[in-house]
Amino acid sequence: MIAELGLAALWLAAALAGLQLIAGVMSVRQPDGPLASLARPAAVIQGVLAGFAFVMLLWLFAQTDLSVKLVAANSHSAKPMIFKLSGAWGNHEGSMLLWITVMALAGGMIGFLERRLPEVTMQATLATQAFVGLGFYAFLLLSSNPFERLPTPAAEGQGLNPLLQDIGLAFHPPTLYFGYVGLSVAFSFALGALLTRQVTPDFARAMRPWVLGAWIFLTLGITAGSYWAYYELGWGGWWFWDPVENASLMPWLAATALLHSVSVLAARDALRAWTIMLGVVAFSMSMMGTFLVRSGVLTSVHAFAIDPERGAFILVLLAIYIGGALTIFALRAGTVQEGERFTATSREGALVFNNVMLSAILAVVLVGTLYPLLTEAFGVQVSVGPPYFNPVGAIFTLPMLAVMAVGPLLRWRKDGAKRVSKPAVLLAIWVVTVGALVAFLSNANVLATLGLAFAAALAIGSLLPLRGRNLLRTPLATWGMVTAHFGIAVALFGMASESAFSVEKLVAARAGDVTEVGPWRITLDGVEPVAGPNWTALQADLQASYKGGAPIALQPQSRTFWSPERETAESALATRWNGQLYAVMGSGIEDGRRQLRLWWKPFVPMIWLGGILVALGGLLALIGRLAADLKRHYVRRRLAERREDSQT
Amino acid sequence: MSALKPKHQRLVLVVVALVALIAAALLAAYALRNQASYFYVPTQMVAEPPTPSQAVRLGGMVQAGTLETMPDGVTVSFIVGDGEARVPVRFAGILPDLFVEGSGVVAEGKLGADGTFVADNLLAKHDENYVPRELEEMTAAQAEQTVSETVP
Repeated sequence: MIAELGLAALWLAAALAGLQLIAGVMSVRQPDGPLASLARPAAVIQGVLAGFAFVMLLWLFAQTDLSVKLVAANSHSAKPMIFKLSGAWGNHEGSMLLWITVMALAGGMIGFLERRLPEVTMQATLATQAFVGLGFYAFLLLSSNPFERLPTPAAEGQGLNPLLQDIGLAFHPPTLYFGYVGLSVAFSFALGALLTRQVTPDFARAMRPWVLGAWIFLTLGITAGSYWAYYELGWGGWWFWDPVENASLMPWLAATALLHSVSVLAARDALRAWTIMLGVVAFSMSMMGTFLVRSGVLTSVHAFAIDPERGAFILVLLAIYIGGALTIFALRAGTVQEGERFTATSREGALVFNNVMLSAILAVVLVGTLYPLLTEAFGVQVSVGPPYFNPVGAIFTLPMLAVMAVGPLLRWRKDGAKRVSKPAVLLAIWVVTVGALVAFLSNANVLATLGLAFAAALAIGSLLPLRGRNLLRTPLATWGMVTAHFGIAVALFGMASESAFSVEKLVAARAGDVTEVGPWRITLDGVEPVAGPNWTALQADLQASYKGGAPIALQPQSRTFWSPERETAESALATRWNGQLYAVMGSGIEDGRRQLRLWWKPFVPMIWLGGILVALGGLLALIGRLAADLKRHYVRRRLAERREDSQT
Repeated sequence: MSALKPKHQRLVLVVVALVALIAAALLAAYALRNQASYFYVPTQMVAEPPTPSQAVRLGGMVQAGTLETMPDGVTVSFIVGDGEARVPVRFAGILPDLFVEGSGVVAEGKLGADGTFVADNLLAKHDENYVPRELEEMTAAQAEQTVSETVP
């Protein structure tokens, strides 16, 4: 019954998306036509129905209804409740339902809330949102129905991949999807404005909060995913340049560029066509990521099912949407009026430079991700990893960081290099000093040394816009920018430090053995069996003491799950303000020793702390912008009221 | 750039963006030629060995009865075969969770001058649904032989 309700809601939502598309298109042609008032309610009800369908799926997983194929294939009655629920999106069908739900909710929200733009632009925007949505409804309903029943109910579920049974996974995919799919709003806005010739600062101001919102979720999603990979996969790395990670990084790069160019458009009425282009590219990257992850072109933890038919389906959708949007852009970009002028040494100039750098990094990541697929078509198998991505990415990242440190000090429109030359020279000296010290005192590699030097400069440079300001009267949006830029410096520091100063030890230890890793002394007390709700494990009891201080207990485990049957290594972490000790237990050796892999990673938590700061900066900017909009709205209404009063 | 007409400014921006993107693409293409690591099966590795400085991937089946742990307790050696050729592999580290004799493995590393492949990283079968992509290419005959060698 529940499954049928969910499926019915999904079909109804798809039908409403069709209605929304027709109503939107008709009322763009005929603004006073009979359908003009239909698109908005259709969007809202579609959002409610899709949300309802997703709740029904959650319900099925909570109850472990084994007559539903998806539940039987991915859940198990003995699983803890949180993982039963997260199992709903830890599979292909469920995650696609989550995708379409987020898309419908976002569409419903713009239909309900967004009233600042000309109605005709909104109709075009809602029509675009519905058009994209329809393709994914078709994909879900025709090839990936999450509510399919089994002919006979299964006796017991097959369980969820143990790697995915982790609290990080409960939150990582939904967060990432809010970001991924939230960018569909930017895509629809961009096309709506382009089609109705409304590429104006007002349009940018309306679009900005949606882009910011999606970008915040995307930032948090990537940060959470990176931390999950770090502690769950037990390899001690935090970023693997895995195609699936790249699939989340590429929309982030495009969205970051979009975020900045939309601000230029809102404040200065420049970069009109470029902003539209980025709006199209950002969501195209989201869709391409979905194709890469969900089509079975790649094999990884994230690729749940390998089904060529599904891959072909998404590929066709991709061709229609990205190809169509780019064609419209090519045909219509000429009609977008030239924006305001500015000089190279202005705030706009710096933002343009960094937009171009972000696009170049995006191109580098895109080429590196697709290259193995391309060569495979010619029968050559290659893998592209850090030796490619790190140096080639850095060539564009370092100039970007340099401009980021001084760009916010420049004035809009026209400014001389003179005004920023003093801080620029001082920061350059600081970069050289830090770089030289690191190179002289440690044996860090070139990239890590540069990373540390630029992080140090950016940390200071990012705070300079606050200098000489009354901190209490500084707008929240400025605080947001400063926080986010500072967060980048913090994250970069963490990355470079991890790469430069990590100490690794691999030992085979007996009970009582002591191992030294960097400043830590680690004693193995013993190995004992332990049991969890759906696993058993061997657990090593370690006592770790930092520079002779009080010992901290660490208990890495080697777990055996019984449904599905497999083993995972659970790492154990000891976090200090200046770094993390990371311990993994390996297999036993015949003579009774146990393999232990230990890392001391100085300042590694800064990577994720930086990510959180970046997202927090986005949140501050979002609140600041929304508050300013509300205030403006209120003042305008008061003025109108007063005018009416004086007239009567 | 200050006295440019609007039309020219747009042109300049387009040119700047294009130059940067083309530079990125060219750089990427150049770097990929040098940095992409190639995939070998044992037969290829024996026939045309890569140079010792070249990072490559070796994929095949871990031959039954060849897995040995060195006295230090952390270095293991085993032989990877594809039914025709065999390559000895050495690896210092914790073995992946599902690494067993007879299973498929992809080793990342370099071929030493002595003909032993020194792996920095091992990618084993993740779970029953995940076979390293490269191993899907093995012919049925090779797979069959590997299985018959593995089963005691």
